Amino acid sequence: MTTEGGVQYSKIAEIKGPLVVVDDVENAAFDELVEIETTEGERRLGKVLEVGNGKAIVQVFEGTTGLSISGTKAKFVGKVMEMAVSKEVLGRVFDGLGRPKDGLPDPIADKFIDINGEPMNPEQREYPKDFIQTGVSVIDGLMTLVRGQKLPIFSGSGMSHNLLAAQIARQASVVGTTDDFAVVFAAIGVQYSEAEYFRRSLEESGALKRSVLFLNTADDPAIERIITPRVALTVAEYLAFELGMHVLVVITDMTNYAEALREISAAREEVPGRKGYPGYLYTDLSTLYERAGKLNGRKGSVTQVPILSMPSDDITHPIPDLTGYITEGQIVVGRDLFRQGVYPPINILMSLSRLMKDGIGEGSTRADHSEVANQVYDAYSRSQEVRALAGIVGKAGLTEIDLKYMDVGDTFEKEFLTQATDENRTIEETLTLLWKIVSKLPKNEITKIKDKYVEQYYKEE
Amino acid sequence: MAAQGRIVWVSGPAVRADGMSDAKMYETVTVGNSKLVGEVIRLTGDVAFIQVYESTSGLKPGEPVVGTGNPLSVLLGPGIIGQLYDGIQRPLRELSKASGSFIGRGITTTAVDMTKKYHFVPTVSNGDEVAAGNIIGTVQETDLIEHSIMVPPDHAGGKLSNLVSEGDYDLETVLATTEKDGQSIPLKMYHKWPVRKPRPYNKRYDPTVPLLTGQRVIDTFFPIAKGGTGSIPGAFGTGKTVTLHQIAKWADSQVVVYIGCGERGNEMTEVLVEFPHLKDPRSGKPLMDRTVLVANTSNMPVAAREASIYTGVTIAEYYRDMGKDVVLVADSTSRWAESLREMSGRLEEMPAEEGYPSYLASRLAEFYERAGRVRATGSPDRDGSVTLIGAVSPSGGDFTEPVTTHTMRFIKTFWALDAKLAYSRHYPSINWMNSYSGYLADIAKWWSENISEDWFNIRSETYGILQREDTLKEIVRLLGPEALPDEEKLILEVARMVKIALLQQNSFDDVDTYCSPEKQFKLMKLLVDFYNKGQQALKEGASLSDIRGLDVVSSILKARMDIKDDEMPKLDQLDKDMQEQFKSITGVKVSN
Repeated sequence: MTTEGGVQYSKIAEIKGPLVVVDDVENAAFDELVEIETTEGERRLGKVLEVGNGKAIVQVFEGTTGLSISGTKAKFVGKVMEMAVSKEVLGRVFDGLGRPKDGLPDPIADKFIDINGEPMNPEQREYPKDFIQTGVSVIDGLMTLVRGQKLPIFSGSGMSHNLLAAQIARQASVVGTTDDFAVVFAAIGVQYSEAEYFRRSLEESGALKRSVLFLNTADDPAIERIITPRVALTVAEYLAFELGMHVLVVITDMTNYAEALREISAAREEVPGRKGYPGYLYTDLSTLYERAGKLNGRKGSVTQVPILSMPSDDITHPIPDLTGYITEGQIVVGRDLFRQGVYPPINILMSLSRLMKDGIGEGSTRADHSEVANQVYDAYSRSQEVRALAGIVGKAGLTEIDLKYMDVGDTFEKEFLTQATDENRTIEETLTLLWKIVSKLPKNEITKIKDKYVEQYYKEE
Repeated sequence: MAAQGRIVWVSGPAVRADGMSDAKMYETVTVGNSKLVGEVIRLTGDVAFIQVYESTSGLKPGEPVVGTGNPLSVLLGPGIIGQLYDGIQRPLRELSKASGSFIGRGITTTAVDMTKKYHFVPTVSNGDEVAAGNIIGTVQETDLIEHSIMVPPDHAGGKLSNLVSEGDYDLETVLATTEKDGQSIPLKMYHKWPVRKPRPYNKRYDPTVPLLTGQRVIDTFFPIAKGGTGSIPGAFGTGKTVTLHQIAKWADSQVVVYIGCGERGNEMTEVLVEFPHLKDPRSGKPLMDRTVLVANTSNMPVAAREASIYTGVTIAEYYRDMGKDVVLVADSTSRWAESLREMSGRLEEMPAEEGYPSYLASRLAEFYERAGRVRATGSPDRDGSVTLIGAVSPSGGDFTEPVTTHTMRFIKTFWALDAKLAYSRHYPSINWMNSYSGYLADIAKWWSENISEDWFNIRSETYGILQREDTLKEIVRLLGPEALPDEEKLILEVARMVKIALLQQNSFDDVDTYCSPEKQFKLMKLLVDFYNKGQQALKEGASLSDIRGLDVVSSILKARMDIKDDEMPKLDQLDKDMQEQFKSITGVKVSN
C-alpha cells in the first residue's frame, strides 16, 4: 500500500475479465466504491464484490482493457456508489453510470442516494389500483396497466417493441388527474439508433423536459450495464417518493443486463444455474423490478415497463422466465402477428396484467370491463383453435359456430388490435370495440358475462 | 460463554469470522458494528461460516461477531395472529416505525407486543401436577382464536403453585410456577422454540378428513386432507398465487399461515389490504383474525428467505398443539430452494443438479414431514393438524427440474398448473389429466357421510367424461369434429360444459369465489344427469343440435355464478327444468 497526498492506494494483484484483485487491503467494505487509476491517469469506477484476508475482488464498470498490474492503483472511496439527485435531473441525459452526457455540468445535488436502494417494506406499500390509460386498446382493454405496476414487454429481435414503449410513454395518462408525471428511460446496451428514436419521440411530444435519460449504448462498456438500471431507478424513486411525481420507467433491454451479470459470474468462477446464468439471477432481477410501487402516505409512484428481447423468441429462456415470476404480468409481442404487419403485434393469450382486476371496473373504467374482457379472451382463444383445425380439415369441415369464431378472430385482429402509433383511444372507445367483438357471438355462447350487461351492451348486427 | 470473533471475509450474505471456537452450529450471532442478525452454518477450526439475514453492504473485515448462545427461535404466545412478519419473525409494522417505508438494518424488535394484556382464564389449580404440553389456561387472542397457554414442550413439568387467578395479564407476567426436585420454574404466556426443530406430539393419525377449500377442482377432483401435503407447480402467469390466496381465504381451518417466500411485495400487500375486509364464510369474522403472514419478498435478504419456511411451520405447529387445524401455504418453495443454492455456492459445496445442493431433497422431505394430523402432547386430549401446501415455480414451466421432481416424492396431492389452460383463461388452470390426489379414497367416506352416498360414483362418472374427451380430442385434431358419431360429439359437448360449469371458477366473482360442498355435488350431478339424458335422447331420435339448443344449457353454464350457496332449491329446480326440456325434444316421456 502506498500513500500519496494523504490518500491510500492499493496494488493490483490480478486482472481477469471484468475483475481486478486488489492486494494489501486493510479497510475495505463489502459493496464499497473503488476508484481505479491507470498509468495514463485515467480514472475508472468499480465496486467490491468480495473482501477478506487482505484481498478485495473488485468489479470494474468500464472494463479492464488497458489496465496493467504494475501501473494501476486502486483507492477505496469509503462509501457505496451513490447518485446525485435533484429536480434538475429532469430534461437531462446521462451515461450508464449517471454522469452527464449532454455536455452540461453536473446537476446541483439535493441529495446523494445509494443506488442499490433498500427493499420497500411490504407493510408500507400501497396496493396499486389507479388505472393508467395508455390509449392502446389492447393494453387498456385486456392487460390494463396501473400505477406502481411492473409490466414488462417480452419481445424478440427486430420487432416493434420500441414503437410500443414510446407510444406508451407519450400517451400514458390517468384520466381526470393533473398530477405531475415524469419519464425515466434507461438504455442498456441497445443500438444508438434505438436510444435516439426514443429521445426524439419524447422530444416531439414535448415530454423531454419531464424526462431523464440514461444511455448505455451497445459500444459502451458491458459491465456498466449492471449500474445503469440502478441509477435510473434511484432517480425514479427520488422523483416519485420525495417529489411526489408519477414516474414511468422504461428500461431496454434487460437481456443485455442479464448478460453482463453472467459475464461477472463467469469471471468469478461461480457455479452456474441454467444456461450459464448465475443461480442468483432471480434475486438480482428482483432487486430492480421490486423497486416499482406506491407507498402509504406518499403521493408519487414508480411504474416500470422493462423491455427484454427473448433469445430465439423463447419465453422459457431464463431471462423472460425469471422476469415473469417477478413482474406483475407481461405483454408478449408475437412473431406471427408482426410478420402479418399488425401493430401492435401483441399475443394476448400469452399476455397478462395481474393488477388489472383491481384497476378496472366501476369507478375507474366500467362495471362490465372485467367480464367483457374475459369473454373476448375466451372467444379469441377459441378462434385460434378453430384456425388450427381449419388448417387441417379445411373450412368445409367446420361447424357453423366454428365459423363464427373464425370471424371473431379476424375482427379482433383487424379492428381492435390494429392501431396507428399516433392513435390515442379512450377507454370508452376500447370498451365499445370489445362489445363489437362479443356481439358477433350468438347469445348462448356468452358464458362469462352477466345477463344485465349483455342486455345493456350486446348489439346484434 | 458466548463466542466473540472478528469478521475476516465478506461476500454477499456470506461472512466468515475467526475466533469463533465457542460458537455452535445454527447458533444466531450478531454481525458487525450495526449488529446484523446471522446464523452459523459451518464451523472449521475457529472459523465460523455465517449466513446473514440482512444486507451486508458496507460490512468490513475486522468488525466484531458475537454469539447469542441460542439457535434461531420464534416467540410463541398470543399476539401472533394478524401479524406480518419477515423471515425471522420481526414484525414489519414495527420495522417501519424504526426505519420508515424502506427496510433498514440492525433493528431489534419483539415478535409480539409484550405489554398487551390478555384475559387469562386458568383451567388448572394450584397443586396440580403438570407436564410438558399441558394446557394451564386460555386467553382470547382474536375474535376467532381462543389461545391455549401450554406448558412448553421442553419443560420438565412438576407441581403447580402460585397460579394467578382469572384476570388481565401481559406476556411477561409469571402465571404460575412449577416445583420439581427443589427447582422452581416460572410459566408465562409465551415461550421460545427453535425453528429447525419439529415440535413434539403424542401420535399421528391417518389424514381422513378433507380440507375444504371451496374450490371445485380441488375439493371435488383433487382433494387434500387435513394434515396432508400438497404442491402446486406452474409456470408464471398460470395463477399459482391466486389459487393459493383462494385456499388461504376459504379453507375450513382455524388458522392460516401464509408464507410469501421470495415473491412479490405487492402480493403480500394485497393480502394485508384484502383479508381484514373478507369474512370467514363459517364464522362471519374478518379473515385476518385467523391469519399470520410471513413475508420475505424477493428483494429482501436471501438468507432470511431460507429461514422464513421454518419460522412459518413452527408457528403452525404451535397452533396445532392447541388442537387447531392449521393450513400453511408457502409461495414459493422454489425460491426457498434457490436461497439454499445461493448459500451452498458461497460455501463452495459440490453442486448436484442445476447447481442445487445435494441435500435439497432431504431438506424438502424434512419440511413436508412436519405436516400431519396429530394427538398433541399433554392434557387435556386434543387433536390438531398442519396441512402443508407449497407452490413450486419450475424454471421454464418444466416439471422435470429438480425442485418439482423432488417435491413430488414427498407430497400426496399434486395440482399441475397448465400454461395452455391459463392462456385460454381457463382458471384455475389445474390440469385435470396431470394432477392427482393420494387422499381420494381416504376422504370419500367423509363425502358419502356428509353430502351424498353417490358422491364417489358421480365423481368417477364426471371424471370419466373428461378422460373420454381427452382421447377423442386426438381424433378431432386429426380428422375434425365431423368424423365423430353423435354420441361421441355429445361427450365433447358435455366435457366442454363440465369445464365451464364446474372446473372453471372465477375467484373475483362474489358468488363463484367460494362453492359449498353441497353446491359442488349438485352441480356435478346436474352435469352427469344432463349427459345421461342426452345420450338417451340421442337414442330416441333427438339430434345433437336439439340438445345443444336447449335453453337450459346456458343456465347450467352460469349456475356457478347465478345460484348462491343458500339457494340450493334453485339447483334442484334447474335439474327438473332440464328433464322437462329433454322431454320436449324427444317427444316421448323420459322416465327418471
